[in-house]
Amino acid sequence: MSRKIDDATMDNVEILAKLALTPKERKKAMAEMEKILDYVEKLNELDTDRIEPLVHILESGNVFREDAVVNGDGKEEALANAPRKKDGQYMVPKTV
Amino acid sequence: MAKQYETVIGLEVHVELSTKTKIFCGCSAKFGGKPNTHTCPVCTGMPGALPVLNKKVVEYALKLGTAANCQINRYNRFDRKNYFYPDNPQNYQISQLYLPICHDGCLEIETEAGKKKIRIHEMHMEEDAGKLIHDEWEDCSLVDYNRSGVPLIEIVSEPDMRTAEEVIAYLEKLKMICQYLGISDCKLQEGSMRADVNLSVREAGSQKLGTRTEMKNLNSFKAITHAIEGERARQIELLEEGKKVIQETRRWDDNKESSYPMRSKEDAKDYRYFPDPDLMPVIISEEWIEEIRKEQPEFAEEKAERFQKEYGLPRYDAKILTQSRHMADIFEETARRCGQPKKASNWLMGETMRILKEKGMDPEKISFTPTHLADLILALERKEINQQGAKQVFEQIMEKDVDPLVYMKEQGLLMVSDDGAIEAAVEEAMAENQKTVEEYRSGKEKVLGFLVGQVMKKMKGKADPAKVNALLREKL
Repeated sequence: MSRKIDDATMDNVEILAKLALTPKERKKAMAEMEKILDYVEKLNELDTDRIEPLVHILESGNVFREDAVVNGDGKEEALANAPRKKDGQYMVPKTV
Repeated sequence: MAKQYETVIGLEVHVELSTKTKIFCGCSAKFGGKPNTHTCPVCTGMPGALPVLNKKVVEYALKLGTAANCQINRYNRFDRKNYFYPDNPQNYQISQLYLPICHDGCLEIETEAGKKKIRIHEMHMEEDAGKLIHDEWEDCSLVDYNRSGVPLIEIVSEPDMRTAEEVIAYLEKLKMICQYLGISDCKLQEGSMRADVNLSVREAGSQKLGTRTEMKNLNSFKAITHAIEGERARQIELLEEGKKVIQETRRWDDNKESSYPMRSKEDAKDYRYFPDPDLMPVIISEEWIEEIRKEQPEFAEEKAERFQKEYGLPRYDAKILTQSRHMADIFEETARRCGQPKKASNWLMGETMRILKEKGMDPEKISFTPTHLADLILALERKEINQQGAKQVFEQIMEKDVDPLVYMKEQGLLMVSDDGAIEAAVEEAMAENQKTVEEYRSGKEKVLGFLVGQVMKKMKGKADPAKVNALLREKL
């Protein structure tokens, strides 16, 4: 009962993931994604109608932080692995 | 007959909160600062970094929600909104989709046409993105993550507005509430309040909504008004030509005063939201809501009503003074101290506003002690200083919060209350202007003004003109 991933779906996934796959990679990715879907499909065999979705394993809430500045200047650390930088900023391909 | 069209507008407003720190980390949320100096592994999206929610953000959202008559979701949580863009280092924005903190509220606005309720669909907490600057020299963009993770509340209205005037009234109302609550300074120009306008048109009388467009990058009330007028005209023209309005996001260009569609191909709207497993749910107790309700301040309209009743202020004064909570507080304190509310109001609406305007300052930045203004008003009342001198003193109060009584003495601005000195000046002036004195005595009463002027000159303006007048008449 595999759900077919067609070319249109694949086009959309490529846009969303900002990927440009070669035809060979694409074929492989499609097959793998179908396998994943088949695997997840297994869950549909269970009746989960009356079960609340579990978002967190722990049943607590309200983990808060007080509004006090505890971090200093993190610039050096933040930019340490930047492939390109300028004037203390990350340099990225033009966006505008 | 030409068709009549109705404009239908809903707003998505982002308000940047004035917390000390960011929403999920202990970095400063202060505006400005050198690029990337307010950053840490959390707000730069480093793998493995864990966000922890700032309690103040929840408190502020509850305050705003309560003020806007919203229902509160006792159990709410955060979701990830996935998209790739360099201003978003995690590749997802932490927001609230499924269970936002507030929903189903409403705000009452007032326009020339009267009062109207604007329903609020929901309000949610989320994080701001970083800032992108286009580099002029190289073909690239520069990223500053100081703003990444600064807390925002997004307020989504129902499509209940029909005119630009209503939109502005709604934004002004939100701004007033946020400022009175002290949760945001709501400056459109600086981006601490941002409004996206969803607009569609339909034939008058129709109940069905037309296809809407979303307009972004509106950073002044003027831009919002122009964008609404422009977009309404554009959509009507399309419909009149038998064409269709395409649902799209358009960017407003303030210089060209027109909008253009934003790229839609890469902007395939599929954010694949899912609950953020790094953040625990937020559970809001009855006690917490009660506490927030108790702290709710008196807002502008109620305050204006009270100022009219309690201090006998004209409606106009009361409305202007309550536009800023800070200004209203200064007024009230000054009025109480000097017992002359209308005079206090005049100083605030006149000289204070003039100086603020001259310096391009915000009323929130006024930093003088109300007692000082009260003392100045009382000194004027006691005729210890004249109007002109008082203005000079007030400028110093605005500038350096000087004590007016001390300053007046230091600068020699005190009026001469010694009758003997005034009398001497009167006699001197009469002796020097024999001819004028004759003229007055022969019935030309008009010349009295000239003589008063001469005496005032001798007194360097530091005498009460009424007193000079009386003394002169006596002597003549």
